[in-house]
Order: sequence, then C-alpha cells, then structure tokens
Amino acid sequence: MISQPLTAVSAQLAAKKISSVELTQVHIARTRAVEPRIGAFNSSDETAALAQARASDERRAAGKSLGPLDGIPIGLKDIISVKDQPLTASSKILASYISPYDATVTRKLREAGAVFWGRLNLDEFAMGSSTENSAFHPTNNPYDLTRVAGGSSGGSAAAVAAGEVTASLGTDTGGSIRQPASFCNLVGLKPTYGLVSRYGVSAYASSLDQVGPIGRTVEDVALMLAAIAGHDPLDSTSILSEATDYRAALAAKKGPWRLGIPKEYFGEGLDPEVAAAVQSAVDFYKNLGCEIREISLPHTEYGIAVYYIIATAECSSNMARFDGIRYGHRSPRATDAVDIYAKSRAEGFGEEVKRRIILGTYVLSSGYYDAYYLRAQKVRTLIRQDFIDAYKQVDAIITPTAPTPAFLKDSHKTPLETYLGDIYTIGVNMAGLPGLSMPCGFTKAGLPVGVQLIGQPFREADLLAIAHAYDSAHQWSQRLPNL
Amino acid sequence: MPASIALDIDKLATLARIELTPAEKEKFSAQLGDVLKYVDQLKQVDITGIEPTAHGFPISNVWSEDIPALGLPVNDVLRNAPASRDNMISVPKVVD
Amino acid sequence: MKYEAVIGLEVHIQLKTRTKMFTRAAAGYGHEPNTLTDPVVLALPGALPVLNKAAIDQVIRAGLLVNCRIADECRWDRKNYFYPDSPKNYQLTQQFKPICIGGSVEIELPGPARNIQGGHKTISLNRIHLEEDVGKLNHFATESLVDYNRAGTPLMELVTEPALASGDEAAAFLTILRATMQQGGVSDCDMEKGQMRCDANVSIRPAGSKTLGTKVEMKNLNSISFVRDAITHEIKRQTAIVESGGSVIQETRDFDGITGTSQSLRTKEDAHDYRYFPDPDLMPVRIDDAWRSALAATLPERPFDRQRRLMADYKLPYTITSVLIWDKRLADYYDTAVKLAGLDAPALAQPIGNWITNDLLRELGATSATFDEAAAKVTPANLVALVKLIAAGTLTSNAAKEVFADMFATGDAPETIADRRGLKTAPTNTDELEQWCRDAIAANAKAAEEFRAGKESAINGLKGPVMKASKGKANPADVDKTLRRLLAN
Repeated sequence: MISQPLTAVSAQLAAKKISSVELTQVHIARTRAVEPRIGAFNSSDETAALAQARASDERRAAGKSLGPLDGIPIGLKDIISVKDQPLTASSKILASYISPYDATVTRKLREAGAVFWGRLNLDEFAMGSSTENSAFHPTNNPYDLTRVAGGSSGGSAAAVAAGEVTASLGTDTGGSIRQPASFCNLVGLKPTYGLVSRYGVSAYASSLDQVGPIGRTVEDVALMLAAIAGHDPLDSTSILSEATDYRAALAAKKGPWRLGIPKEYFGEGLDPEVAAAVQSAVDFYKNLGCEIREISLPHTEYGIAVYYIIATAECSSNMARFDGIRYGHRSPRATDAVDIYAKSRAEGFGEEVKRRIILGTYVLSSGYYDAYYLRAQKVRTLIRQDFIDAYKQVDAIITPTAPTPAFLKDSHKTPLETYLGDIYTIGVNMAGLPGLSMPCGFTKAGLPVGVQLIGQPFREADLLAIAHAYDSAHQWSQRLPNL
Repeated sequence: MPASIALDIDKLATLARIELTPAEKEKFSAQLGDVLKYVDQLKQVDITGIEPTAHGFPISNVWSEDIPALGLPVNDVLRNAPASRDNMISVPKVVD
Repeated sequence: MKYEAVIGLEVHIQLKTRTKMFTRAAAGYGHEPNTLTDPVVLALPGALPVLNKAAIDQVIRAGLLVNCRIADECRWDRKNYFYPDSPKNYQLTQQFKPICIGGSVEIELPGPARNIQGGHKTISLNRIHLEEDVGKLNHFATESLVDYNRAGTPLMELVTEPALASGDEAAAFLTILRATMQQGGVSDCDMEKGQMRCDANVSIRPAGSKTLGTKVEMKNLNSISFVRDAITHEIKRQTAIVESGGSVIQETRDFDGITGTSQSLRTKEDAHDYRYFPDPDLMPVRIDDAWRSALAATLPERPFDRQRRLMADYKLPYTITSVLIWDKRLADYYDTAVKLAGLDAPALAQPIGNWITNDLLRELGATSATFDEAAAKVTPANLVALVKLIAAGTLTSNAAKEVFADMFATGDAPETIADRRGLKTAPTNTDELEQWCRDAIAANAKAAEEFRAGKESAINGLKGPVMKASKGKANPADVDKTLRRLLAN
C-alpha cells in the first residue's frame, strides 16, 4: 500500500479491498517508523486525518464517492493553508500560526475527498533547493539519507518516496517541485502559470510561484492536477480554463511528437551520469518515432540572473507582512512598535530568507529599479520569446531537470553556487510554461535521475501524454528506497 | 567589484526592518556583492524596445462585483495575535 | 520684496462602495473593531487581492467630473513601508500608471460680499489614482490598539498642480470638490469621518518669480477651515523666515487647528524610499470609450455649470443659485418644480427659487424633518400650485405663508388647505368690490389724481383701503383691475 501509485490505491479503495481508515492508518504507522530518518513532516493531525478517512468510507459505503482521490492520504507543503491547521512555512516566525482559512487548492482537494496527512517540510518560505533551510530540521533523501531530498518542496517529495503519503502538493518558483522530484525518483509537475490558484499559498515570488503535484507516476500527477486546476476568482492571475480529465487524455493522445533538445542545457556543469540517463530517455522517444531536433534557447544563460532579481524583489515585499504585529513571532526584546519589526524579523527569519530580502530590497531601492527589476523583466520577455520561437518547431522540449543527482547534505556551497543549480528549471518559471520532471534512471551509486519535459502553455494534457509514454514503459517508480 | 561598493548594508537592513549582527552584515555584504557582480551580465543584453513581462499570459480587467462576502469572525482575527485587548491588536505605543 | 505663495494639494477621498478595494470584505464606518476584515485585509499568509469593479467605476466618474483624461490602461504598484496600520506593509497604489490624468477644477473665489458672485479660476490637476486606506491606531498611555476595519477601503488620491495661491483658494477648491464628489455619488466626503482628507504643500517665492521655493508639507488637516488656516499660517511663517534672512527647510509640519500653531514632524531619513514596483498579483485595467461614456451618462450636472444655466435660463439671482447648487437635492427639486410650472416657468422661476431657499430651508432648519420627508409633503407639484395661486391672486402672500406651513406639516395640496382654512381671496367682480373701490377713490382723491397724472405707484395708496374694507379677502389682481377701470373713466 505504501509503495503503490495513487491509481492502484484508488482502485483498491473502489473495489473495497481496503478502507480509507485502514489506508490512512498504514500511512500513519509508516510515518512513525520512518520519520526519524526522513524528516519530511513539520506536523500532522492524526485525529483530523482519521475523521476525514471515516467520512470518506461512509461516502463510499453510501455510493457517494467523490472520485479517484476520495480517501487517499495526501500531504501538503507547509506553505499551503489548511483551515484550523498550523502553517509554518518552515519558519520560526510562523511557528505557532494557525490558519483560519483554506487555500483554494486545499478546498479543491477537500472537495475531491482527499485525506490530509502531514504538513510537509520545505526550505523556509520556499527559498532554497535542499530543504536544509528549514528552521526546524532538514529532510533527508530516502534513497540516501546522507543526501538532500532537494527543495524547496523536499518534504513533499521525500514523504511520497518514503511511503508516508500517496501523493503531495508542492510549489515551484524556480524548480522547487521538479528538482526534489528528480532527486527522489518521482514525477513532479509545475503547471502553466495561472492554471492553478495561488490563493492561500504563502507567496515567495508572486509572478513565478505555482502549485503543483508530486506523485509516483505521470498518471498520479494527472489525477492530482485534474483536482486542483481551474480558474479561481480569488486569484487575479488565474486564467479561465476548461476542466480537463488529464488522466483520460494520457491514452487519448498519441505521438509521434517533435521534441526539442536545447543545446544550452547540455553544456558545462552537467554531470555525465545525468547526461547519459537523459540521453537514454531521448533515445526512447527517437525509437518511438518522435522527431528529435536540436534547438536553441539563446537567453538561457541569463535565466539565473533574471530569476534572482525578480524573485528577491518580489520576496522582499511579500515577506513584509511577517512583522510580529497581527500574527507570528513578536520579539520579547522589542520596546516600541518600530522595534518590533527589526527584532522580530531578525529572530524569526533564517539566513537565506534574510539574504534574499536584503538583495530584493537593494534591487528595488531608489535609483536601482530600472537597472535591475525593470531590466530583468525585459530580459524575461526575451527568455519567454525563446520558448515561443522554439514551439514553432517542436511540441515539447526535453532537458535534464538538475545538473546533478541529489547532493550531500551540508555541502557548504556559496549562495551563488546554490543558485546556479537551478539553471535548467528556472526558464520554465520565467516563461510561465508547464514543466514536468520524471524519473529516467539511477546513477551507479543508486541515486535517482530526472528528465524534464517542458510543454506549451495550458497544454498540460499533451505534456502529460508525452511523459506517460516514457514513464509507463519504464516504471522507474517501482525501484523503492531501502528504508 | 563595483557592485559591492554601492551596497550600504545598514541602510538596506533598516529599509527591510531586519536587525543584522555585525557578522551577518559582513557576510551578506560579501555574498550579495558576488550575486550583484553576477547579475551585472544582464547589462550585455540589448533590451531596446522590449516590453517587460510580469505575467506570461497577460490578462486584464480581472475584478469582482461589489458584493460583500462573509468576513473573518473577530475570534479568528485575534487568534494568532501576539497581544490584543478590546478586540484590537495591541502594540507598544506608536509615536507618530 | 513682495512674496507670493504656491500651494499644491493632495486630497484623499474614500469612495462610496459596499466592499473594499482589493477584497470583498464589507466597507463601513462605525462598526465594532475588527469586524470588517478577511484574510486579505489582515494580510494573512497566502491572501491575494482582487479588484473591486465598483471602485474603478467610481474613480472614473470622479475623473470625468473634474475633466481628467481617463487612461486607456492603468496598473497597480506596491509602495513599500512599514507601519502598524498597514497590514501588508506595502500599500497598493498607482504610482506609474494612474487611472485619471490631468484634469481641472473650477473654483469660485470669495466675492466682495456674501451676496455678490466672486471671480472664477481654474485649478489644474496632476492626476487622480486609486489606492487603499490603512487601519486605525488608537493611542493609549503605553500601548496602541489597531483596528483594521478601515484598512483596504477604496481611496482615491487627487493631486493638484502647484496652482493655488492662498488659503482661501484652497478652501474654495475643497468646497467645490467636495460638493462635486458628493453630488456625483462618488463619496460622502465627510471630513469628520475621515472620508475626505487633505495635505497641503506650501512654498513662497518672490512675486512674479517662475521658480518654486522649498516646500513644506502640512499634514493632518481635517476640516476645510483648518486647511485655510494652516496655509495662511504657513505662508506667514515662511515669509517671516525669509524676510529675516533665513531659509525655509523642507519638512513636514503638523497644524493644530485649535491653537493655530504648527510644529515639525520628525521624519526618518529612510522614510521616503518606497521601493515602488508593479504589483504582480493584480492585472492591468483597460478602459475603452464604451465604458467611459456609459459612466459619463450617470453623472449629474456640475455645480457651477448648473449655476450658469439657472442664471441664464431663469434669470435667477446669484443669491438664490448660490444656495441651490451646493445641495443636489435642493437644486434637483428646483429643476423639477420649474419644469412642472410649464409655460408659466419664466414668471414663476424666481418665486419658486425664493420659496425653496427661504421658506423650505427655514422650515427644515426649524424642525427635525429630513429633506426627503419635507419634499414628500411639500412636493415640487405642491409648491408650484402654491406659487400659481399667488400669481393668480387667489392667495395673498400672507395667506400663502400660512398655507405653506400647513403643507409642510400635513402634505395636503395648497388648494385643499386654502379651502379648509378659508384663506382664499373673495370671489371676483362683485358689486361689493366695485363699491369698496369707488369709496377708496373718493376718500383718497389726491392719490387718484396723482395716478391719473401718470404716477403708477400711487395706485397702491388706493389698494390698501380696499383690502382693509374686504378684511384681506379681496383678490389683489381683481382689486388692481377694478381700480384701473374706474380711474380710467
């Protein structure tokens, strides 16, 4: 049960071979057993989860099942609001905060009957790519506990890989779903910007953030996406889109497709074992009859610079609400109202958050707006245009997800070295496109490798179908971690 | 390293309302100097006539009608407040 | 050397809407603390703004009322600063692409006397943009308590060019602006409730100079007379500094309307780096001609336009129009009444105006009745009927006053009241009337002689005795007619 895809578990629930309460109890037990080694959870509410599971079983008994997610234990990144549950963002500043409302994705999963199990660890406020920036504890990679699970949605990936939840939601601002999915032998999807509501999800960089699913298979991710996608009047950046049965589309859409290989994504810094695994996925598509074309995304090299200007600028402003006034940590050292800010924020935020707020404050400060933020938004236009041009020739783009497999914990990289690790995932956020990472093999040392497929805007159905062709033929998810 | 010269860490910390220790100031100054030097490469890009992108798929006139929706009960407003009195959030006296 | 003042105003006006600017929590005044909030108002993690269509409509209407160009596209920016009344610690505003551009407001300067029209002057505007209000801090000995009910209320900021020259001009500007916005339904502009607030930038320069002097910002001006006094005070203060060889420093000063003094507000050095940037959570608003003209069609006539029309079309004196135009209900009432007067309008226009501005307003002031209650009784049709009865001579002016008071209390038609109270003038052309007239002529031979010699007013000396003989009941028009007939013989 704990290692099966959502589709399989869902089928067993439907066949009444297992109840949701039993299923949830299995995951609770599994979580108890592995959590000391994994550290994917910030908190959990057994009573609430079992109550949801019981309600699901009652619905099913009454013939009123809400669909394939009804009764399935799903974990949520601890940056997504759940009414009456803690929301910490893995930050001391929100350590005791309880959300009085549901995020839209939370509401949608609730309406689909999901059982919420676990508030999942992350880099504080989603800033980082290793989940080592959590204020509480790091999350270890289930495939090698000395290595990181990736980030910032490291808890969301590790919890699925370790069998603590069946699937999860993460958020992706520069690769935060795809990179941990690739590190943990999972499928992770960052949807088109505007397809999934951001309402109720603590914002890091508003123009880049997007919520997406992490699961064992492309099919699982398709089911999750169908549940959370759709226009939300509470998110002004959300786009009107028709409800799509993404799972049904997997079988309906058949290739051959035209796939683009951007030469800029296969250069210096790419680990040879990663390159080889990605190449084997490319070869699979070639053998499937797909046309493989080398393409160019000439502004790729500027992606990191553009990202760190836009993301930190927006972050510096988004983080301002964490001030110790209405909620969150208030410094006992503060003597006047103005003092509350500087001291509470000094005590409440971790180092990376402070660093990004300071950088963002700098790029927006008087006299620098044109040189940094405005210029970055214009280069962003060029990066986006690269993709639009590429899609005149190809249906999707195939690249590595990350330059390396999961790296060792405490690797003491400089901030800039860390930022450079996002090179392959960032362009997707810049251009607002859907991007998916799926397993494509393992290194000799047994570390999972992911391949990234980048699709066209709002054509997640095509992207998932392309991915499914490979994923269903290889079933890398059956290779489980040794825990 | 011209970028780091312009970085007045005290001013930034004040603007951002984060009290930084001397060690943090030194560390951040150097690290942010490196990052700013790195992002300097954007100056090479010709952006003449290029419009900025904020949303990948520009939409406009997104609003809702002027119909009140249910708000938060006062209990929920105060539930997370570090200090409150008379249904209001309490802060040490603000001097205008 | 002579100095002249240069003044610019920044006026914040709360827009009349049911919900807030960026969320659908209810907007309102005077509610229990923190009962008008939601996750967006409180800036809880994950909350996102959604524009209020009605607020955009309102500010476009405001812009059209003061001759702004309405932008084809406007956008939203974040103004970053920390303060406990600002939940997000940034304010959503329109720094780079405001919704209303330019514009002008026509003001009336004080005339030589209250009943004489003053000169008009046009004050240029820089812009109007939309933003959101902040919460309210209540200060106590050792703590401040924050109420977020006001936070997020739609607020428009109107910025003038430095185009005003005195405290009187500023007061005139705010007076007509307030009336225009009230009459347009844009805002109630109640300054006591903070629905309209004003900051003034004041500088002086040698008379005739083209360069601007160092400006001082006057804050917390919460009534029109405080604005006038603060500016007058500040001009004097700056003039005294310059005349004694000093120079004015750029600062913000707080004016105390009670003591008539001002003091410098300490401002922090970094306070002005607001780090504006486009808000990534809100999408631009595009406005086309169809939208603009649909809203233009909902706008009332502007007060001074109305005044010009009333003076030109009905020959109304300034004194009457200068009462009517400041209250839209009163002016609308007048226009309705004149329309009902039909063909008699030219003759009745002024009497109708007099009845409204004298009698109706007096009764309203003397009783607790609201305008709507009064207008439901003294309907425009009733008032016109009353004025017509006077013109026809059916009611004397004294009788008419009695009828009016009755009508204000009962709402009965004037005819009904006059009959009920027996106030109508006597039937016409009776032998009795002719006899009274002959008696009057005989008893006042001198007046009769003067009238016949061409002294028109002499006839009044004959009317008095006739009215007296009739005990006030004779129809004045018939009296006049009969006397003239007899005197012509």
